Amino acid sequence: MAIVNDAVDVVVVGLGWTGSIMSIELAKAGLKVRALESGPERTNAEEIYPKPADQLGYSVRQKVFAKARQSALTVRHNQSQTALPTRRWGAFKPGNGVGGAGVHWTAVLIRPTPTDLKLKTWADQTYKPGQLQDDMTIQDFPVTWDEMEPHFDFFEKVCGASGQAGNIKGVIQEGGDPFEGPRSNPFPLPPLKDTLNNTIFAKAAKKLGYHPFPNPSAAASGAWTNPYGVQIAPCNYCGFCSDYYCLNYSKASPQTTILDAAKRLSNFDYRVNAHVTRVDLHDDKKTAKGVTYIDEKGQEVFQPANIVILASFQFNNVRLMMLSGIGKPYDPNTGEGQIGRNYAFLSNGNATLFFKDKNFNPFVTAGPTGQMINDFSPGTFDATPYDFIGGAKLHSSQAGGAPIGAALPHGTPSWGAGWKKGMKDWYGHSMKVSITTTCMSYRGNYLDLDPTYKDPYGQPLLRMTFDWAQNELKLQQFLRQRVLEIVKEIGPDSYTESFLKPDAHWNTTSYISTHNVGGAVMGETPNDSAINKYMQSWDVHNVFVPGGNAFPQNFQANPTLMLGALTYFSVKQITDQYIKNPGPLVQI
Amino acid sequence: MAVVNGTSRRAFLLGSVLALPTAVVSARLFGAAEAARLAAPVIDTYVPAFFAAPEWKFVMAACDRLIPADAEGPGALETNVPVFIDQELAGSYGRADDWYMEGPHDSKAPADMGFQIPYAPSEIYRRGIKATDAYTAQTHQKSFAELDAQTRDQVLTKLQKNEINFAEFGEPILKASAFFGFLLTNTQEGYLSDPMYGGNKGMGSWVMIGFPGARASFLEWIGQQGVKYPLGPVSLLGERA
Repeated sequence: MAIVNDAVDVVVVGLGWTGSIMSIELAKAGLKVRALESGPERTNAEEIYPKPADQLGYSVRQKVFAKARQSALTVRHNQSQTALPTRRWGAFKPGNGVGGAGVHWTAVLIRPTPTDLKLKTWADQTYKPGQLQDDMTIQDFPVTWDEMEPHFDFFEKVCGASGQAGNIKGVIQEGGDPFEGPRSNPFPLPPLKDTLNNTIFAKAAKKLGYHPFPNPSAAASGAWTNPYGVQIAPCNYCGFCSDYYCLNYSKASPQTTILDAAKRLSNFDYRVNAHVTRVDLHDDKKTAKGVTYIDEKGQEVFQPANIVILASFQFNNVRLMMLSGIGKPYDPNTGEGQIGRNYAFLSNGNATLFFKDKNFNPFVTAGPTGQMINDFSPGTFDATPYDFIGGAKLHSSQAGGAPIGAALPHGTPSWGAGWKKGMKDWYGHSMKVSITTTCMSYRGNYLDLDPTYKDPYGQPLLRMTFDWAQNELKLQQFLRQRVLEIVKEIGPDSYTESFLKPDAHWNTTSYISTHNVGGAVMGETPNDSAINKYMQSWDVHNVFVPGGNAFPQNFQANPTLMLGALTYFSVKQITDQYIKNPGPLVQI
Repeated sequence: MAVVNGTSRRAFLLGSVLALPTAVVSARLFGAAEAARLAAPVIDTYVPAFFAAPEWKFVMAACDRLIPADAEGPGALETNVPVFIDQELAGSYGRADDWYMEGPHDSKAPADMGFQIPYAPSEIYRRGIKATDAYTAQTHQKSFAELDAQTRDQVLTKLQKNEINFAEFGEPILKASAFFGFLLTNTQEGYLSDPMYGGNKGMGSWVMIGFPGARASFLEWIGQQGVKYPLGPVSLLGERA
């Protein structure tokens, strides 16, 4: 017999970015809110200098990440294969604990473009019928730029976003991204200071006619007090950012921007090491009555609630919907069902440029430090001659510079005296020019439950079926040429390159990024999506599912700003409409 | 807490040190010199926490070739890299505490499916060392550790290229190249990570390459593009070099 907690108005599953936003806003609206976080407590007080300045502990052994032992999934390339578990993290590495991936992210806080939000409409206007792969299943986000903009703007203020605006109310700004959608305000703070790689990249990009701008950053370039009254300190370029807990209270995370304010609200509380195993539905399956979790003592607990917010990582949101019977599982053979459909990832690639005479001091940096161009995003260039849709951020970033795994020139031995001399001669003498690409969604890339492997609670692991499509491989080949043109303009002593070959399959072992999206996407009707524009389940109206799962495909921008903005958009509708009149927020 | 030997005591002390605010550590409990002494035992008298005596000889002999000492900078032995590997294998890393280890295991899975064998790193070392020593016993009538430097390099190269068939030497699942991969990765980790973990004694590798360690504050330096950073490293326990 499960323990039964006192009832709450809202239970929030997962206390990362979306869970923290939902928690504070719903508590401010007067609701009794309880968050259940499957991982441990993580506090600023614990993660003080110098503790996080530790590459082995944080980046290599992944101290503040989810453990594969608890959070593995299984992966395969296609339906004919047997999926195998991600026994340790490879291509992606999700977070857990209070703050979620928001504690160890790189903190690039960039908006998608208006074209990204209406990609399907744009594709239909731009490409000839039949020109793109016929198994492609892209669709529009069911929100408009004008609906999103106030929430982009607000979340940027929450994070103390630092950058250079490119378009304020339609007026193009020098030094910013001329291709960005019109913003109502400049960035709250000026851009971070540039490192040498930024300066070299920006100069070459300009010479080639491109439009470089500083990476929009959620590591604060100056002191900032956000709309919740929380203070953020100026970034000190410590060099331990992406993969690390911020040791300086400078990188926006749920801890540094939201939770200290939320904890002051007496109607908000949270439990850690509380692993939610399912959403419990009423008999008619139309509404949820709460969630069941395993507490830190291993006891099963039922948490009654009027509203359930699934705010865990994309994988787990999709899995919890499947385990709870919310919506119909996707069948790739018939195309029916929505839960698990349109899983998408992203690809990256880079050239590493070596210069004997330049000191890049790679340890002097913030995670989001870099310059990028948006000249190769959907709508900013013509990809129709190449028969692909998509694009990328082309950038030179310097997310961290600690020495384990440092890049070495081609021909350097992998061990022995030659390796050591390579480290001595070349550590700190290289920079990268990189791509972070879009990824379309396809009929055969999807998520379901694994038939064999189980988690420590006896529940099936999520199974991911994914491989690169021809469209993305063509995109890589096109972008490789653009990167190599920039490399030629820069003129290093030598360079190495890493791009997908035209016949590449997804390599599950080498890190790409943790921008996994889709699987419970948002859309206009229950026929094309699992959730509506407010990320409300079409099937169970008191369940909301904010997360990367909502993206119908992946755009070239990093996802966090869109996730935050969508969550503010959703929570406003919940507080303005749903509380007064519970039921579907979009009528069909 | 039971103190079994010098190593356990050391691990216990270092664990305690990091759990405390730095100021307290340096001012009251340990000076930097004391912390450095704890972090850097003399390798010749070090008592391994994980490795048995013949295994320890193997690891010393292998690390010596993976990062040899020469005029360019310190090698793996003078920077205590084998101590690092021993400490890691004796702890949660060696047990694969964080990894998903449930079966069934498809040990023949293609490389792009990643780590799929049923062995934690501690087991990988135990089996890899045993198979390699069995190979050198057959081909050279000596253990790996007894071979001269040139021959050790040849054997390591064969391991890396998977040219030694471990199955012929009593190890049907682990591949020579997979064992070598762990050995090389952990050796380079020990060479380049904070001395708190047992390797990188005296921050020798950081001095050689110009990495300032845990300084982690560069607000005054961010504007100095292209100028070589002038200060030496500091460690998490407050040592300087």
